[in-house]
Amino acid sequence: MAKLNINGRMHDVQVEPETPLLWVIREQVGLTGTKYGCGVAQCGACSVHINGEIVRSCSISVGDVKAGDQIVTIEGLSATSSHPVQRAWAALDVPQCGYCQSGQIMAAAALLQKNPKPTDKHIDEAMTNICRCGTYQRIRAAIHMAANLPVGG
Amino acid sequence: MKINSSNTKLSRRAFVVGTTAAAGGGLSLGFHMPAELTTARAQTANDGVEVNAWVVIKPDDTCVIRIARTEMGQGTKTGLAQLVAEELECDWKKVTTESITPGQNLARKREWGEMGTGGSRGIRTSQDYVRRGGAAARIMLLQAAADQWKVPVGELTVSDGIITHAASKRTTSYGKVAVAAAKLEAPDSKSIKLKDPRDWKIAGKAIKRLDTADKLNGSKIYAIDVKLPGMLCAAIKDCPVFGGKVRSYDEAKIAGRPGIKGVLKVRESGVAVVADTWYRAKSALEALPIEWDDAGNAGHSDATIAAHLRGGFDAATNNGDRRNGDAVQAIAGAAKKVEAIYSTPFLAHATMEPMNCIAKLAADKAEAWVPSQNSEASLAALSEASGLPLNKCEVYRSDPGGGFGRRGGSQDYVHQAVAIAKNFPNTPVKLIWSREEDMAHDFYRPISQAKMAAGLDEQGNLIGLHVRISGQSINAFSNPALVSGGKDMRQLQGYDVNPGEAQLGYAAPNMLIEYVMRNTHVPVGPWRGVNTNQNAVYVECFMDEVAKAAGKDPLEFRRSLMGNFPKHLAVLNAAAEKAGWGQPLPPGIHRGIAQFNGYATYSAAVAEVSVSDAGKLKVHRLVLAVNCGHPVNTDQIAAQCEGSVAYGLTAALYGECPVKDGSMASLNFDTYQIMRLAEMPKVETVIVPTCDFWGGIGEPTIAVVTPAVLNAIHAATGKPVRSLPLKNVKLV
Repeated sequence: MAKLNINGRMHDVQVEPETPLLWVIREQVGLTGTKYGCGVAQCGACSVHINGEIVRSCSISVGDVKAGDQIVTIEGLSATSSHPVQRAWAALDVPQCGYCQSGQIMAAAALLQKNPKPTDKHIDEAMTNICRCGTYQRIRAAIHMAANLPVGG
Repeated sequence: MKINSSNTKLSRRAFVVGTTAAAGGGLSLGFHMPAELTTARAQTANDGVEVNAWVVIKPDDTCVIRIARTEMGQGTKTGLAQLVAEELECDWKKVTTESITPGQNLARKREWGEMGTGGSRGIRTSQDYVRRGGAAARIMLLQAAADQWKVPVGELTVSDGIITHAASKRTTSYGKVAVAAAKLEAPDSKSIKLKDPRDWKIAGKAIKRLDTADKLNGSKIYAIDVKLPGMLCAAIKDCPVFGGKVRSYDEAKIAGRPGIKGVLKVRESGVAVVADTWYRAKSALEALPIEWDDAGNAGHSDATIAAHLRGGFDAATNNGDRRNGDAVQAIAGAAKKVEAIYSTPFLAHATMEPMNCIAKLAADKAEAWVPSQNSEASLAALSEASGLPLNKCEVYRSDPGGGFGRRGGSQDYVHQAVAIAKNFPNTPVKLIWSREEDMAHDFYRPISQAKMAAGLDEQGNLIGLHVRISGQSINAFSNPALVSGGKDMRQLQGYDVNPGEAQLGYAAPNMLIEYVMRNTHVPVGPWRGVNTNQNAVYVECFMDEVAKAAGKDPLEFRRSLMGNFPKHLAVLNAAAEKAGWGQPLPPGIHRGIAQFNGYATYSAAVAEVSVSDAGKLKVHRLVLAVNCGHPVNTDQIAAQCEGSVAYGLTAALYGECPVKDGSMASLNFDTYQIMRLAEMPKVETVIVPTCDFWGGIGEPTIAVVTPAVLNAIHAATGKPVRSLPLKNVKLV
């Protein structure tokens, strides 16, 4: 039994405490925008925010989520895809297959939260998620674009 | 495409009935289904009218364009819609798409043509009939307006879906005449005159993709996300040694774990655990002791496979060749000889969405939800595995999270899912492979080695070229019937004599290019670019070695061999010009160049790299030039070029699937490393279209990425790189 605050809503879930948060989000809570890619914190497809920090949810067990932790998934990043990262992603047609993009967008949003005007080097260091389609060039450009977009505009 | 009016009417009813049944078959709102499988089709049934197979028009003028091919990131969905819309003359802002299912295609005698999407064929082999489909719909819509106004159709004009009769100053819209248009006889498809591509307004442009919005907020439903009422989940482990079988497993060891519904042997070689959630199934499977019968294959390793391939260099006969003159003799008598042996490893596709499939079996109906590059192959697999005829089977589509050739003909996961679901009648069972299973049981890019030899005369002219490739055959593994009389030219992709698909762009007075088949116990298959990638490395890197031996600039040396290949040469020149070939570079930066022809498209690349004193490589820039004939969406061509650099460089830098004890040793991204953003070079795409053919774009440019980079490394260090991946190569 765990109580989780996800996207501002409380969820009571019946699950073994060692279950990775990723699978609780996907299977018990039913939010499938957060993806499974590797299960070993390598690819970042499962990235979510916990208290504003980027976390690879495949590698934190639900039992280790603390009461009061604020979890945000891709579905909770904005109500209408209006986050500057989402708008920049749309403007530059970043996604190809799209499967990794929830994680990429969450990683980019976390970066901009801490560093509103990142340099290429900052982006290199922060954006370590795998994209197999190879959208990296557009991801970089979109982060720079998002850094210059008004929040909520 | 011949549209028979009466047949269309009849089958349209079947289509609507079929889709209504699909939408109503327990798939109500609240369950996660791809939007296109529910809302769009339901709306089609409710308020849209099918003008023809490709075009559905709604009263609000929305044009729903039907798509048969698979969209897996490569942009085909948008490109095909552009081609239909171009001829339809509709308002692009009002275009949406829906994907037809293989059951619908079958029911209508494959009216939508081939659905399989591989070989970079998605647009190039369907462009003609989809454009005719759009044009036929336009003709019918205009005729309906003319009939309504009782004026000659020739007096009407149309733009953005608005039909105008200038003389009477009347206008109407597609949405208003669609019902009447659908009742008209379809024009003879062959008589339709398509637009000159020079007049295109929607196609040929850098238009935004139609399928981006739901990839930004988590709402896109991939097959792995589909939830159905009462659904169970399955995890599977197949014998790690290829060709092996299950000997036994100790189910008692996982008894009492929560949520477990069954432990099953699957098709002799696999064990599945079925549970209420996938994570419970997967963790129970990991705890399940399984004994395997390795079928005597555990002795195979990288070393035994390499020796097996090396033996092919001495084989007395080959399995296919092209030849002119006598290369062996010419090289033997040449003033200067150049020799080298190259090798490339097995590679996994590693799509981001792991293999998965939902199967639901009833006595008289088999259904599957499959992320597939070939939904008709999925349907066939479902029928074969379930034992039900095709017309009692249906496959529901969701766009795959990556394909790269893995989700095409084999459909192994469909067979497995059906085998599991047979134990749970009337219950949907979702099989998901773990990443480790995905890496352990791919159909890998075939391994090969190449023995290269060239002869130069006193002036440094190439007088003989001999290429002998020894390696595994995809056809021998997946479709032995294609290996006719022991010959298999597919492994020589890119070395064709004839133009059109994959022609070698060089001539030499004496040339022998041959393939020697050396199969292994490892399953192989097409891997984005198939054999062009390896074959481009062999010939393009060796070309730099030969140019160096001849004392010539790599670009000039190539040009001297390309007089008969103007399309190859034009693209090579375009890349060289954009990259500033021959102009000074900053200290420490070096260039390499390569060109190749695959999937009918001509590609060339110039790479700029640096290699530190410690041997650390950085790839700074790649200029890609491409001639794919008719460009349909220039921004998506650029996107594919950018992506091909990441896919190609990942393989060049890190890609290998080591074989140990008969099985794959790299089972996740910690060891099967994928290039990250920080390593992505600046990519510049130059499109130099000749607009006189239709080429592919999803694969061809990968082939030139690696040789361009390797040739730049050669320029930087003075040493050629002859084996991959680079992580195993000491550069200085």
